[in-house]
Amino acid sequence: MTILDIQRLSIAFGGVRAVDEVSLSVAAGMVFSIIGPNGAGKTSLFNLISGLYPPLDGRVCLAGADVTGLPPDHLARRGLSRTFQNLQIFFRMSVLENVMVGCHRHERTGILADLLHLPKVARQNRASRERAQAALARVGLAGDAERAAAALPYGALKRLEIARALTTEPRVLLLDEPAAGCNAVETAEVASVIRGIAGDGVTVVLVEHDMRLVMNISDRIHVLANGRTLAEGSAAEVRTNPAVIETYLGVETPSREAVRARA
Amino acid sequence: MSVRKLLDHRLAMIAVVATIVFVLPAWFPSAYYYRIAALVFIYALAALGLNLLMGFAGQVSLGHAGFMGIGAYAVAIAPAHFAWPGWLGLLAGAALSGIVALAVGRPILRLKGHYLAVATLGLGLLVAIVFTNETRWTGGPDGMTVARLTLFGRTLSSAQSWYWISALAFVAAATLALNLVDSPTGRALRAIHDSEIAARVLGVDVGQKKLAIFVVSAVYASVAGSFFSLLNGHVTPDVSGFLRSIELVAMVVLGGTGSVLGSLVGAAVLVVLPQALTVVHEYETMALGLVIMAFMILLRHGVVPTLAARVGVRWT
Repeated sequence: MTILDIQRLSIAFGGVRAVDEVSLSVAAGMVFSIIGPNGAGKTSLFNLISGLYPPLDGRVCLAGADVTGLPPDHLARRGLSRTFQNLQIFFRMSVLENVMVGCHRHERTGILADLLHLPKVARQNRASRERAQAALARVGLAGDAERAAAALPYGALKRLEIARALTTEPRVLLLDEPAAGCNAVETAEVASVIRGIAGDGVTVVLVEHDMRLVMNISDRIHVLANGRTLAEGSAAEVRTNPAVIETYLGVETPSREAVRARA
Repeated sequence: MSVRKLLDHRLAMIAVVATIVFVLPAWFPSAYYYRIAALVFIYALAALGLNLLMGFAGQVSLGHAGFMGIGAYAVAIAPAHFAWPGWLGLLAGAALSGIVALAVGRPILRLKGHYLAVATLGLGLLVAIVFTNETRWTGGPDGMTVARLTLFGRTLSSAQSWYWISALAFVAAATLALNLVDSPTGRALRAIHDSEIAARVLGVDVGQKKLAIFVVSAVYASVAGSFFSLLNGHVTPDVSGFLRSIELVAMVVLGGTGSVLGSLVGAAVLVVLPQALTVVHEYETMALGLVIMAFMILLRHGVVPTLAARVGVRWT
């Protein structure tokens, strides 16, 4: 079953087509990676899918419903959330509170009830806290719940963003370079977290530069270059695609090595 | 940070403020002191409202005295033109402020930073102009007399009664504000303050949350405005003037953005200081400016958060 279907999606910035008629279709439960050289339009595509940019043209369907142009909070309530390449942490809150914000769409209180601290507020807080604790455990941060978010190291913040997005209970989770800036150990942790998420039936769409990670965990890989689709296929297919090797792997040295090592 | 610990903490702060409220009058030699203290709590109430907007959601308003003005004139106009009791005027003013905030907030809260500041500035100026020009209703620039409030057959005219009313109102308002910190709405607002974009992808309706807190903060300011004119027995358009709005922002920043106790401290400093500085009469304004500058340089995150961090307690 197709959970996320994108048809001829485009956006332009000052005459440059950052995303140019990209179509892709993601089946439920898979790990789907989008790769491409810097400036290929990967993050722009994510911003389009998650509703941060209105598309110039094209269509986005989530679980069969047309969601083109819906704002991000509506999409979150329909089961699509994401993380960010450049961290967007709530730095003045604790680790647990950061994740509890992800519970917002399940919380049923208004500002009046909250001001008066009605009994249902305490109940909601308790439920959200439990939900957030469970999400933190899934990414291996259970022991850091009460710490200030600002006190966590970079790799842990990446996982904190994943936990936060998970508490929205997404059907589709977009991860924008979850392993960027992570060392080998942290990258391995991220890989096992992603596998766990996919194992629970959440569809993962991944933008990532770490080729070893991508080749290891992806069911399908979509290659972008200059805003356009270059190729799509399994890891093995993409790795041996001549167009991909020429355009993409020729540009990025570390990726080429990583791919060669596996080829 | 267990629930119990937070609850204790919250009650502790309210208890400290309530104790001050009850003990302070022991040192008041005259009614004049009651009046100054009442003014402190009234300004603290308005500043607390503004602080909800600035400290929680990170949005600024340079027109909050406009809502003070609506409350202040509501308790003057209601008895004078409609023969309503004063308390009904207060409620009507609060409702009207909420409605104005709801109507105006929707378009202007989309703006950010300086643009929002200037838009709210315009709102404040607009309200002040209405009060100045609608002479038939408001008495124009000279203002109008405010009928004394009568509650349960007793007419409240002494500074002493207004001290108790405004102090207890502040304690209640502070309790509500502290309730918000660890609630779903409070978390959403704090999230918006740190990263609007992350809050949105987590399902937070950013526009609706900002609007809700804007309405609450307008109601706080309106009630403070009503108390202000009932205490004075007279109201002029100055209550909603630009300088008053700036004063409120200064109280929030000086006391500590995001700090409930800070609103009280900021109001206390900016109300009491000009009174205390009358001893150096010719240089009063200059001394006031210098003292405010010294506060901001030495305690740059505001009095309460800076001192709390120095002592090592979680600031509220």
